[in-house]
Amino acid sequence: MAAVGASAQNITAAGATFPYPIYNKWFTEYNQLHPNIKINYQSIGSGGGIKQVSEGTVDFGASDGPMNDQQLAEAKVKVMHIPTVLGADVPVYNIPGVSKDLNFTGDEIADIYLGKITKWNDARLAKDNPGANLPDRAILPVYRSDGSGTTYIFTDYLSKVSPEWASRVGKGTSVKWPAGIGAKGNEGVAGMVRQAPYSFGYVELIYALQNKMAYGTVQNAAGKYLQGSPAGVTAAAAAAAKTMPADYRVSITNAPGAASYPISSFTWLLIPTHFNDPAKAAAVKGFLTWMLDRGESEATSMGYAPLPAQVQTMVRHTIATIK
Amino acid sequence: MPQTSSSSQMDSAVVSQDAPPVHAPAIASFVPDAGPTAQDGPPSPVRQYLSTRGNGGLADKTFAAAMLVCALSIFVIVLFILTVLILRSKLSLAQFGFHFFSGSDWDPVSGSFGALPFIFGTLATSLLALALAVPLALGVAVFLTELCPAKLRAPISFLTELLAAIPSVVYGLWAVFVLVPIMRDQLGPLLYQYLGWTGFFEGYNFGVGLLTASIILAIMILPIISSIARDIMLAVPVSQREAVLALGATRWEMIRTGVLRNARIGIVGAVILGLGRALGETMAVTMVIGNHPGISKSLFAPGYTLASVIANEFTEATGDLYLSALIEIGLALFLVTIVVNAIARALVWAVTRGAPARVH
Repeated sequence: MAAVGASAQNITAAGATFPYPIYNKWFTEYNQLHPNIKINYQSIGSGGGIKQVSEGTVDFGASDGPMNDQQLAEAKVKVMHIPTVLGADVPVYNIPGVSKDLNFTGDEIADIYLGKITKWNDARLAKDNPGANLPDRAILPVYRSDGSGTTYIFTDYLSKVSPEWASRVGKGTSVKWPAGIGAKGNEGVAGMVRQAPYSFGYVELIYALQNKMAYGTVQNAAGKYLQGSPAGVTAAAAAAAKTMPADYRVSITNAPGAASYPISSFTWLLIPTHFNDPAKAAAVKGFLTWMLDRGESEATSMGYAPLPAQVQTMVRHTIATIK
Repeated sequence: MPQTSSSSQMDSAVVSQDAPPVHAPAIASFVPDAGPTAQDGPPSPVRQYLSTRGNGGLADKTFAAAMLVCALSIFVIVLFILTVLILRSKLSLAQFGFHFFSGSDWDPVSGSFGALPFIFGTLATSLLALALAVPLALGVAVFLTELCPAKLRAPISFLTELLAAIPSVVYGLWAVFVLVPIMRDQLGPLLYQYLGWTGFFEGYNFGVGLLTASIILAIMILPIISSIARDIMLAVPVSQREAVLALGATRWEMIRTGVLRNARIGIVGAVILGLGRALGETMAVTMVIGNHPGISKSLFAPGYTLASVIANEFTEATGDLYLSALIEIGLALFLVTIVVNAIARALVWAVTRGAPARVH
């Protein structure tokens, strides 16, 4: 970090909104430690982050979904993915008279959004929830109307557990929802679910925790019903770390392992492999090293899951290759 | 306040007739026969002032040119918007051609885009909002100009203008927390019970959908239409009203033939302005329309509008075709607005062509 030098470095970055609270905290703290390095992050969305870093209009980007091969090939700047923290989606619902946490399997959630499970007293839902007095009422599925990383993680998971979902809908930040209504943002989905009886929706884990919302469990690949938590998310990342590709572009939804929460994902910084200004490269490397040393320990208190130790070791080696 | 403006104009006209005699020669000097050569005595103060100033012709030309630039800037801005929309949506225009406007598939994953459900949602909510708001707004305007006791006029005018100043996101929040439950639990079941046979109120009623969006739009455009219509009606000369009353008309006949008929072009203008706001309204509609593209006869069904899909999906849109399709949605909104306005203008022209105010 001494290599950064005394001259002021203004670094611009743009991208995902989901990790914005922790990125903002990190960049502020790092600026307090190193007053000559100022990282200016604009949370314009993952799509904007990918576009701006590809065109070289920002120093680095951030995205909730990895760039695909075509985007990497077309980018004017050679970009690599650096995972930072992890997040998850949890199912929320509003059934008057039912206060118990409900259990869901992945294909049941898929069929709710496919319009195949339309009533709360459906035989499959009843089988997973013995003792819960599920009513004979229509389910109102609620989804995110705005393009979002949350939807990307959710549809990525549904594509893995439901072949029909994979072929009819697929995964993306916005998809063609077969059934339901759209609401804008986590707060929109949560608000709609809270006030519309018999509705079902999905929100980010961090949002549910911060707002103390009750949410259901989801069956993981090992057959266990798990409630979303930072520990379950990190477990999913650790389970996937054994097969982690060198470029970190990996989906960890439906990860193996009894403790793995199934609807989890990394969020990434998109860092150019080569900076024209060596001082800037040194500043970015300095920040990333600090993030691993100190920043990760702040994740849990903010509702994010930190990177598992194996992945941190891998990332440390990758950071060293930035020129 | 606008409603006092016409009376103050009349006041000033009266005052100028009783103007002090100092100004009398100045007024007389404008009568062609009474030029300064025909009169002894000094030239009028206005003429004196004008003759001390330099090249008047140049000033006139400069002024005319400046105003022309202002007027042309409107054309330039419209052309600029249109050009950018077309250039940026080239990819999607080339890929889908006209089918973009007639296709009803919107699937960002497979890259298949069609705007028809969004065009439907925009037109359906806007027209329904007009149908709800126009009678109400005209009622407010007629009451304020013709029937309202003086004590009530100021508070009602103030509240109408207050409605216009509320930001749309506040309307949206109110709709989510107040209107949606009312639609779901009270109004919706009532409509289904009595008007279900029409087929417009079928299927599950979750409280969000085309009807809720139309109602919130109607509330939002109500103040615009009513306050402009009120100003137009105030501009109808009092002599018109007195003439109709003198012929033995009742108050309603006076309002219909003396006021509404004379003000009808201006009222249509007010309605068109309201329609413009309804077509482009984004935030409040997004919060209650359900954001599910589809074309349905039932007003309980969720819908989607052109403006909403841009606001929802633009920030996270990755891929050139997807972005291009979203910009073409903007182009579609632009064209829908132009076409709807053109139809409205044509209607006005057809109704009023060569016809001055008449009773039937």
